Amino acid sequence: MKVLVGIKRTIDANVKVRVKADESGVETANVKMTINPFCEIAVEEAVRMKEAGIAEEVVVVTAGPEEARQTLMTALAIGADRAVHVVAEQDIQPLAVAKVLKAVIEQESPGLVILGKQAIDDDSNQTGQMLAALLGWPQATFASKITLGEGEAEVTREIDGGLETLTVKLPAVVTTDLRLNEPRYASLPNIMKAKKKPIDAKTVEEWGVDAAPRIEVLNVKSPGKREAGVIVENVAELVDKLQNEAKVL
Amino acid sequence: MASLVVAEHDNIELKRATLHAVTAASQFEGEVHILVAGADSAAVAAAAAQVAGVTKVLHADDPAYGHGLAENLAPLIVGLAEGYDHLLACATTFGKNTMPRVAALLDVAQISEISAIVSADTFVRPTYAGNAMATVKSNDARKVITVRATAFDAAAEEGGSAAVEAIDGPGDQGLSRFERHELSVSERPELTSADIVVSGGRGMQSGENFSLVEAVADRLGAAVGASRAAVDAGYVPNDYQVGQTGKVVAPNLYVAVGISGAIQHLAGMKDSKVIVAINKDEEAPIFQIADYGLVADLFKALPELAEELDKQNISKN
Repeated sequence: MKVLVGIKRTIDANVKVRVKADESGVETANVKMTINPFCEIAVEEAVRMKEAGIAEEVVVVTAGPEEARQTLMTALAIGADRAVHVVAEQDIQPLAVAKVLKAVIEQESPGLVILGKQAIDDDSNQTGQMLAALLGWPQATFASKITLGEGEAEVTREIDGGLETLTVKLPAVVTTDLRLNEPRYASLPNIMKAKKKPIDAKTVEEWGVDAAPRIEVLNVKSPGKREAGVIVENVAELVDKLQNEAKVL
Repeated sequence: MASLVVAEHDNIELKRATLHAVTAASQFEGEVHILVAGADSAAVAAAAAQVAGVTKVLHADDPAYGHGLAENLAPLIVGLAEGYDHLLACATTFGKNTMPRVAALLDVAQISEISAIVSADTFVRPTYAGNAMATVKSNDARKVITVRATAFDAAAEEGGSAAVEAIDGPGDQGLSRFERHELSVSERPELTSADIVVSGGRGMQSGENFSLVEAVADRLGAAVGASRAAVDAGYVPNDYQVGQTGKVVAPNLYVAVGISGAIQHLAGMKDSKVIVAINKDEEAPIFQIADYGLVADLFKALPELAEELDKQNISKN
């Protein structure tokens, strides 16, 4: 079985994000960019399937600017076999990404598609569900365990009340949650090997997908800042303040 | 035109999350309707009909809808969409799972987790873990929206007298099936609607040590939460996680114990009214947003806190 993984290049999770002075967006110049953490978990899961002999090939796909090639290299270094880069210089929103992935999937015919549950930049949490809808496939979102069976997969999902286990027919779209696995650090030999793996780059227009944004960002502002309060000396003072000053007890 | 709120429930009770989405929906012009799709879910439809501000309940009762499978719910909602400008659900794992599937089938963008409504097509939503608030305008004819519960008050459970209309849907799509649940059972209040939350982090060092957090929480009638680090380490289940990719809470009082305060955690609790931080590291970033900070060893401070609450007759049990 072929496993296809969709990934996104995002600002590194440890970067303190700053809103641009003109409120047009957040500052991305000279900011460390990396593979979205949930996408990294998706790549790791697919590579483990290959190592376990369940998957024959792992193909990673991204839609994004020229620089997103770096993110594909990260996935190839983890162990993906080859990459598809759908080059899009403009803002590409979740619905458009789902359409791009659908086009690639129709060409690649994977048996399973794994995506991160959300990108930590726009926090949309949509693409996997949208892709499943467009393909008419089942979806298993927020996965913490995937067990592949004959023509179907059993997936445990992290939900608000605890855990839920579903069986989905294959092919299906699965999105990852944090507890699915712990991604490895790519070794230096694997980083070198990744450079020789094929990356098929074509523009979003060449894929014939309408990627026009449906949502217009009017402005982006910093949230109201919370000021640091006071340091109390001991537990008794804390309880007294909560009771008599903050009046929350 | 009207708004449709997709109800979240377990076939027995209407989940509180739905009430927050109703409040958001009521800010648009036109009537607010609720869709209750479930199995043997008449009690939920009856409860939905009581919600203040709701004028109609659409009730689709079919085994296919009993477990909230997105594959089955989405075509049902899409079939109803024509009558509505706005389709809403709360941004819980249920809403997040279901609504993008609806949006894609309608070929519209989804506006995720809105925290304010500016107009019928313009919304504010947090991005980058709440560090950048984006005002966005949807140019689609129909708006599919998930709602951040902490940004909209819950609608009153009583006061409405909506008509309940039974409807049929396309039923089981044969793509997925429910196997089982492992739900956390707790006597404590639900994390996202609790008045007080006490959360533990990596500093708790083990699952057993969470009993210290629980001892304080139970005296305050509080819910127990956790940072991602504590969940990843296996101290507590996943549904305890507060943060960017977990639950968002905004209680009157949030007590963070042994939590350093990564931006991903702050994203889930910084709208709390009063924040208390207990941490032995005085440099911990959590102190920068806490109203009251106590630099102390939590293994000493938590038992003292429990004792002090008893002494001051604040304990609820």
